[in-house]
Amino acid sequence: MSILVFIEISEGEIKKSSLEAISYAAGIGGDVTAIAFGEASNDALSAAGKAGATKVLHVADEKYKQGNIQAYASALAAAVESTGAETVVLAKSSLGDPVSARLAIKIGASLATNVTELPDTSNGFTVKRSIYTGKAFANVDLTEGKRIIGIKKNAAIIKEDGADAAVEAFSVSADDADFKVTVTSQEKATGEILLPEADLVVSGGRGLKGPENWGMIEDLAKALGAATGCSKPVSDMDWRPHHEHVGQTGIKVAPTLYIAVGISGAIQHLAGVNSSKFIVVINKDPEAPFFKAADYGIVGDAFEVVPKLTEAIKALNN
Amino acid sequence: MKILVCITHVPDTTSKIAFTDGNTKFDQTGVQYIIGPYDDYALARAVELKEQSGGSITVLNVGEAETEPTLRKALAIGADDAIRVNAFPKDSFFVANQIANAAKEGGYDLILMGRESIDFNSGVVHSMVGELLGMPSLSPVMTLDIEGSKAKMTREIEGGKEYLEADLPLVLGCQEPIAEWKIPNMRGIMTARTKPLNVVEPADDTVRTQLSTYEMPPAKGAVKMIDADNVSELVDLLKNEAKVL
Repeated sequence: MSILVFIEISEGEIKKSSLEAISYAAGIGGDVTAIAFGEASNDALSAAGKAGATKVLHVADEKYKQGNIQAYASALAAAVESTGAETVVLAKSSLGDPVSARLAIKIGASLATNVTELPDTSNGFTVKRSIYTGKAFANVDLTEGKRIIGIKKNAAIIKEDGADAAVEAFSVSADDADFKVTVTSQEKATGEILLPEADLVVSGGRGLKGPENWGMIEDLAKALGAATGCSKPVSDMDWRPHHEHVGQTGIKVAPTLYIAVGISGAIQHLAGVNSSKFIVVINKDPEAPFFKAADYGIVGDAFEVVPKLTEAIKALNN
Repeated sequence: MKILVCITHVPDTTSKIAFTDGNTKFDQTGVQYIIGPYDDYALARAVELKEQSGGSITVLNVGEAETEPTLRKALAIGADDAIRVNAFPKDSFFVANQIANAAKEGGYDLILMGRESIDFNSGVVHSMVGELLGMPSLSPVMTLDIEGSKAKMTREIEGGKEYLEADLPLVLGCQEPIAEWKIPNMRGIMTARTKPLNVVEPADDTVRTQLSTYEMPPAKGAVKMIDADNVSELVDLLKNEAKVL
């Protein structure tokens, strides 16, 4: 089986979620080719091989430098034709979802996003996907000859035992109709661990009492090497930026460890974190509903518990 | 400006999720249905745009007769008329196909919907509609301003946002903080009863996926409580039991 993987580049490197997509594709079995757009060195791209790709197609044309959804979908359709791929794999993301949708129409493919496990190919091609914001799963048969799979974050383990992949330039004859949207600028948090991709997340809620107290959340996150998040009321009150809002209508995270500080655990917040492997809840209210969803809990004043926890983590690291 | 807002009819966010008939059907017992929360943002922004510069708002749902109260609520919030495509929403492609078919003769400047439904969470219908209609599509859109025939938008990306411009027509998948949710007032509720709600039959029956069974996640174990004066026990458990440190 020939599989094409759309990989996203950030700061010249392959994003973690895209490495997961490559390893997922390798797990299906077959010949895995990755395709990347924008600025990245051959060395950075050949790292796709360690995760399981044999070849990387690189679209370096300036026109494809920024994440133009329509243009990427057209280029991917050309790459599907060129490689004879039956299956396309990508990470579920703010770029992956819209690109996969347009591609599905272009190539007449079945599409499933939010996929959490390798497909069952014993009788057709069935994938398991997360639904009801993580509260359930659906087993879905992809019935078309071509299929596209969007992998939920942290649903696949990155392989690291492959060899470097060969990198080849891939040119696309650009269609002006694909360039009707102009990206005028980007505003991206730099030097931080990106919340949607983080393995460890520390989130704060109204229990922090104000934005001036966020230093202790950041200190704990720094000691852990974690990303920071917040509950909806916190972002609504502008204590923290919207891109840190974790929950049903914000960012949905799936880290190995989620630490919630001063968050009572409204069902809309739980919907954004229920794919976490382990949950720690720190709250002074013993009746906080979040404790029911937690693996570990501490009833106590965040202003006393969190600094102690930070020191204990630092001591462990030393 | 003519705006089409596509809404989903979904279980309330607090609903208990369960399945029946050998895990092949969603259990609707005691479930309240609402306009999809992301679609609510799209509708609210459409109402604001209409208040600013006039025009009309048509709201559309692909669903059977039971979704009409949800459409009436959208009319009460400020839509002028409604279309119900009389079909159970079978998969993303089916829904997108119905929306595109209903929209293609409408001459809409904007087709707005939520970034995803909160039941099936696919996040792809808006872009499928864009591709089917040959229009640019963007999602998830956090801000939208219209100046003449040009739209200026902000789109959320991982760890930040990007600013974009494009000429209308456009298909957009919306999310907060694009607008403040609107709650229907009594006048809106009264007038919604008399606004047109047109039922059309589906364009065709094509699907590209087939749902076989549902599954629930494995039951969670009991929480292990740790004394607030003994945080080192938590660190020990995270390191040696959970093995996450």
